[in-house]
Amino acid sequence: MKKQNFFLKNKTFTFFSLLAILIVLAAIFAPQVTGGVDPTEGNVLFGLQPPGGDHIFGTDKLGRDIFTRVIYGARTSLSATFTVVIIIFVVGTFLGILAGYFGGWVDVVIMRIADMMIAFPGLVLAIAVAGILGASVKNAIIALSLVSWTKYARLARSLVLKIRDRDFVAAAIVTGSKTPYMLLRYMLPNTITTLVITAATDIGSMMLELSSLSFLGFGAKAPAPEWGLMLNEGRAYIQAAPWLMIYPGLAIFIVVVVFNMLGDSLRDILDPRNE
Amino acid sequence: MSKKQLGLRLLQMLVVLIGISFLTFLLTYMAPGDPVRTMYAATGVIPSEEVLNEVREQMGLNDPFFVQYGRWLTNCLHGDFGNSYAYGKPVVSLLLARLWPTLKLALFSMILMLIVSIPLGMLSAVCKNGPIDYLVRCITFFGVSLPNFWVGLMLMLVFCVRVNWLPVISSAGDFKSMILPSVTLAIAMSAKYTRQVRTAVLEELNQDYVVGATARGIKRWKILWTNVFPNSLLPLITMLGLSIGSLLGGTSVVEVVFSYPGMGNLAVSAITAYDYPLIQGYVLWVAVIYMVINLIVDLSYIYIDPRMRLKR
Repeated sequence: MKKQNFFLKNKTFTFFSLLAILIVLAAIFAPQVTGGVDPTEGNVLFGLQPPGGDHIFGTDKLGRDIFTRVIYGARTSLSATFTVVIIIFVVGTFLGILAGYFGGWVDVVIMRIADMMIAFPGLVLAIAVAGILGASVKNAIIALSLVSWTKYARLARSLVLKIRDRDFVAAAIVTGSKTPYMLLRYMLPNTITTLVITAATDIGSMMLELSSLSFLGFGAKAPAPEWGLMLNEGRAYIQAAPWLMIYPGLAIFIVVVVFNMLGDSLRDILDPRNE
Repeated sequence: MSKKQLGLRLLQMLVVLIGISFLTFLLTYMAPGDPVRTMYAATGVIPSEEVLNEVREQMGLNDPFFVQYGRWLTNCLHGDFGNSYAYGKPVVSLLLARLWPTLKLALFSMILMLIVSIPLGMLSAVCKNGPIDYLVRCITFFGVSLPNFWVGLMLMLVFCVRVNWLPVISSAGDFKSMILPSVTLAIAMSAKYTRQVRTAVLEELNQDYVVGATARGIKRWKILWTNVFPNSLLPLITMLGLSIGSLLGGTSVVEVVFSYPGMGNLAVSAITAYDYPLIQGYVLWVAVIYMVINLIVDLSYIYIDPRMRLKR
């Protein structure tokens, strides 16, 4: 009863989480959705066919079905994005709590590194890192994580500092709570809501940056189906086959909109400061 | 900002720069790919392993890491960022030639962004929760979710392929070829900035002096332009300074889309060619540009906010 109330009360959240689940399911069951077509193989004889008939989104130069590649592309995009968000969430939160709780040189070292990263345009460094490490989805994930964890560290640190000197913390220490227990039982719960909200709203922007890296050729490698990469490959056929660019771009846009809306509605629910 | 604060800021900048330089050098040091081979590949001849080794020895590539880093850093401080492997020219001259086009593009798109987002954001704040506000918020929401390289490609499809008004390849770097790249950049940035303008103006509108001025019968638009807007400038300029970072990253993507002759485009091709000195130079230059702009932003507070002048 109570559960139903929650979903009915937060209609935006319910709607967009359903859409998000749908997208994730489409990615997981890509072979079933596309009817078993191989996304990396096509018949050159049917290359550059306009949308319609057998291929509702058309085909690319090698005759590969664009619809199939867009659906499979969701796998790459979603898994890479979630990996980045989870890494920066865990690493940033952990380092931020450490910096806030211990203070002293731990704080200085962690926050100076964070300052350095913030005092620098993130995407430029990510491009350099991803490019130098070599083109692969893994390296794009490393590059983006390397430049994006600082936001979480700063947030977690400031939240920990807010409660660090409260009496209940001192009382817990005096009554013999061990440090790991203090961190897990007192510091983490006080930071987690804000950080989860940040992570949820970050999914969209991380997805955009990952696809930018792939578009530049520093992410997924051919023949993998990835939206940014597909746009890069389709670029040469802008005149002859505009559908090569329209559908992968639309896919990025729609998925980012859904996850941004989901993040925003989650923030509205969880953040008590909002009206 | 007092003299002491300024000194501290400059010191901080120096530390960050050293950190960035160390990081970029470390990365290129560990990177796969052999620069000597790349260099020879550009000339078309691949000599024997002995010759390659000799060249490596000559270039100091066999020295320990810190020796190489120290030598590189000293050279950088003397304005010598080394020679590009792929072009065979000094990195400084290559980057200098591309610096102005990139700055021009960034500046132009920023002006476009300000023209669009300040009136829109203020309008949205004034009509809070009205139909106009919802429309603006809706548009900005979609704008934030658009990948900028895709916007570029779509604009290209419409204006260059379909109606043929503008050049597909912006390699000339003249005004006509700057239109689409800067519009592309401005669309993504305006969406974000309109939201920030709205929040900043809303915050000011809630202040007591606005109620006071309204009660005294001062016209709404006059309060808005003479009181509210100047007061909300401070957070807006801070955000503008910070958004330069994403702008510099964004230019590189958009430059590639339009083949615009800027630094970002050069850097992307340098990365594909394992042209390490050029990559290092690019990253350091962008860091310097970004930090100098943010320093100027901080200094500009003194002129915008008289309170800062009194605080010294």
